[in-house]
Amino acid sequence: MSKTATAPSGNAALLTQFYRDMLLIRRFEERAGQLYGMGLIGGFCHLYIGQEAVVVGMQAAIEPGDQVITAYRDHGHMLAAGMEPNGVMAELTGRSGGYSKGKGGSMHMFSREKNFYGGHGIVGAQVPLGTGLAFANRYRDNDRVCLTYFGDGAANQGQVYESFNMAAVWKLPVVYVIENNQYAMGTAISRSTSETHLHRRGVSFNIPGEEVDGMDVEAVYAAGRKAVEHCRKGSGPYILEMKTYRYRGHSMSDPAKYRTKEEVQEMREKHDPIEGLRAKMIAAGVGDEAALKAIDKEIRDIVAGAAEFAQLSPEPEPKELWTEIYA
Amino acid sequence: MSVQILMPALSPTMEEGTLAKWLVKEGQAIKAGDVIAEIETDKATMEVEAVDEGTLAKILIPEGSEGVKVNTPIAELTADGEEAGAPPPAPEAKSERSDQASKKDDAAREPVSSPVHGGGGSLSEAKADGGGASPSPSKSRTATPLNREEAAVPWGEIPNGTKTEIQTVREALRDAMAEEMRRDAAVFLMGEEVAQYQGAYKISQGLLDEFGPKRVIDTPITEQGFAGLGVGASFAGLRPIVEFMTWNFAMQAIDQIVNSAAKTLYMAGGQMGSPIVLRGPNGAAARVAAQHSQNYAAWYAHVPGLKVVAPYFAADAKGLLKAAIRDNNPVIFLENEIVYGRSFPVPVMDDLVLPIGKARVVKPGNDITLVSLSHSMGLILDAADELAKDGIDAELIDLRSVRPLDTATVIASVKKTNRLVVVEEGWPICSISSEIAAQVQGDAFDYLDAPVMRVTGKDVPMPYAANLEKLALPSLDEVMSAAKAALYR
Repeated sequence: MSKTATAPSGNAALLTQFYRDMLLIRRFEERAGQLYGMGLIGGFCHLYIGQEAVVVGMQAAIEPGDQVITAYRDHGHMLAAGMEPNGVMAELTGRSGGYSKGKGGSMHMFSREKNFYGGHGIVGAQVPLGTGLAFANRYRDNDRVCLTYFGDGAANQGQVYESFNMAAVWKLPVVYVIENNQYAMGTAISRSTSETHLHRRGVSFNIPGEEVDGMDVEAVYAAGRKAVEHCRKGSGPYILEMKTYRYRGHSMSDPAKYRTKEEVQEMREKHDPIEGLRAKMIAAGVGDEAALKAIDKEIRDIVAGAAEFAQLSPEPEPKELWTEIYA
Repeated sequence: MSVQILMPALSPTMEEGTLAKWLVKEGQAIKAGDVIAEIETDKATMEVEAVDEGTLAKILIPEGSEGVKVNTPIAELTADGEEAGAPPPAPEAKSERSDQASKKDDAAREPVSSPVHGGGGSLSEAKADGGGASPSPSKSRTATPLNREEAAVPWGEIPNGTKTEIQTVREALRDAMAEEMRRDAAVFLMGEEVAQYQGAYKISQGLLDEFGPKRVIDTPITEQGFAGLGVGASFAGLRPIVEFMTWNFAMQAIDQIVNSAAKTLYMAGGQMGSPIVLRGPNGAAARVAAQHSQNYAAWYAHVPGLKVVAPYFAADAKGLLKAAIRDNNPVIFLENEIVYGRSFPVPVMDDLVLPIGKARVVKPGNDITLVSLSHSMGLILDAADELAKDGIDAELIDLRSVRPLDTATVIASVKKTNRLVVVEEGWPICSISSEIAAQVQGDAFDYLDAPVMRVTGKDVPMPYAANLEKLALPSLDEVMSAAKAALYR
């Protein structure tokens, strides 16, 4: 296919990449849910289904060397950061082939190589950490930027505002990406939060903020480019509030009784980021059914391979219990 | 009626200071609130304001006087129209000072001295000469006298014959940071008041001038935030030194310390960890009560992934802080406000780096082992002198680190002396001493001639009242009782 000038929003290769990356996350998470149901994944497992456009659009807006940090709903971030599905899935099953050799699990995974700094299990704790990664960039006078993701629940943690203050005072290159999926576990944002427009949370720190349709990967990408550029040129932190939605419960053990089936159904049918992009691509002639089906098949194979790897990879050796406590 | 103006206490731990400058002259009229003098403590130069009105009749302590004890009359004020009173007795400050040269170490916690705790001064040199140690007639052997100068220097870890210079612990800590910052551009210091103010306890004095605001960074009052920021910067390969104004405030940051700093290396399968030093004063200072007088040695010692260091002597403070900054793990560095101003000999070396996780026998002995750390080391040093009077030869061990905890050194000592007293300032439950007791009974059960004795802080929040505070802290009397119980005497 030729470089399409007809695509109304961006070039074909980019849209195809968005589609592929979002689909990988979706299929990966569905499979993770299945493996959890089979008892192969234990503990907490927080699926990212529904929110794929946020991380895919943002990751496309950064450059190699930029850093990423997030909380525990992190599988999508790792895949979007370029980490191997096999290693991520094997970490979920607690196997030696996992990114943390099975010692971290779903919520605690890292990749030095991909500049992915976790994977943190304490709500909001990644925000000062990400601010510190940005501090290191500033200290080294490089032009790297750190994406620090957190949710609407974490937005009520005090340390978020401690971080905002320092980032603004020191003009640190950090984009705070607030993934507002509207429920902090079971608590709707309107029940927990006085200012529900979270992009305004930087106002008293003089941090610019913007609301973004987090179900539209192109909108995310455009906003991400702008925010990253703002940081990269030394203008200090930036807040992006991504209005998004998770289809599944907070974790696998959450029956999600705090919202109606209709509400979820409405989001899936009318706002799904993958279906939305797919329709747009076909309408714009960027991809036809056959091409997109080929991508679907490729992704299914990758995910099936990851699931197989994650089951075949051996458990860590007992001696691993005692390693990597000290450097 | 004349009023005496007294040397004021300008901080909770101040016992004496230098009357740097008089800003008023004899015969001058003074109003309440006038600044009349400048006083230097070991932390800062402070202005003294008049409380009463009148005429400054007589300056009793000339400017430039060092070592002026708190509550010494420094001037006399008369209400207008009155004559100055009779000349007061000659000030004692000067003479006390000269007796005391370079032995701030002996300044007891209590301004009012207890009968056994030094009586205002200088146990050390008399004892070092053997003068004070008269062995009890009933004992067949004499105790090795404690030489405090020797005890202060880690001779086993540095070349014999190394020259020493007297430094305060404060200066030693500052030098350690400065040397490491010169050596490695990735090392920086951040915390509240570390830069322009020169440190709340003046540990970072001069560092801003030398290294500039990029590497010596004043933070907002935001412990959880800047601790987390420091840990994040360490993930990226920088080597932050994060100063907590005191460890009491680090409770706000303990999640970042335990969950982010200590565990990441393990959770990341070794891919990344946190080479950070978190440091500041720990434990009771003086009269600052429950929320500002906690000892965190046992708290942090509990956490795998952390290293925890709590030195007493200046040389150990310097060598261990340098080691901590070079260490690739998060190191909790517990200092002590009262000890900051104490002076000890420090080896003059290009690069004094000491091993984390090694205890130090600061005085060998055969009859009983006394183990302690940080500020409480002062108690076992005094106890050794007292025991020597009865011909009891105590072996003294400074743990220096509590994680890794060097129980091997303690056990080797117990195998020699067969008796053990552990002294710590922290609470007794699940404490450093309970851990040592457990390990010693496991590894040296057959060598013990008496139960392991523990002297700890009392199991109460720290009270404010002076008498209760004293009761809450371990005392020399308690150490002596414990030692005698272990010796069945």
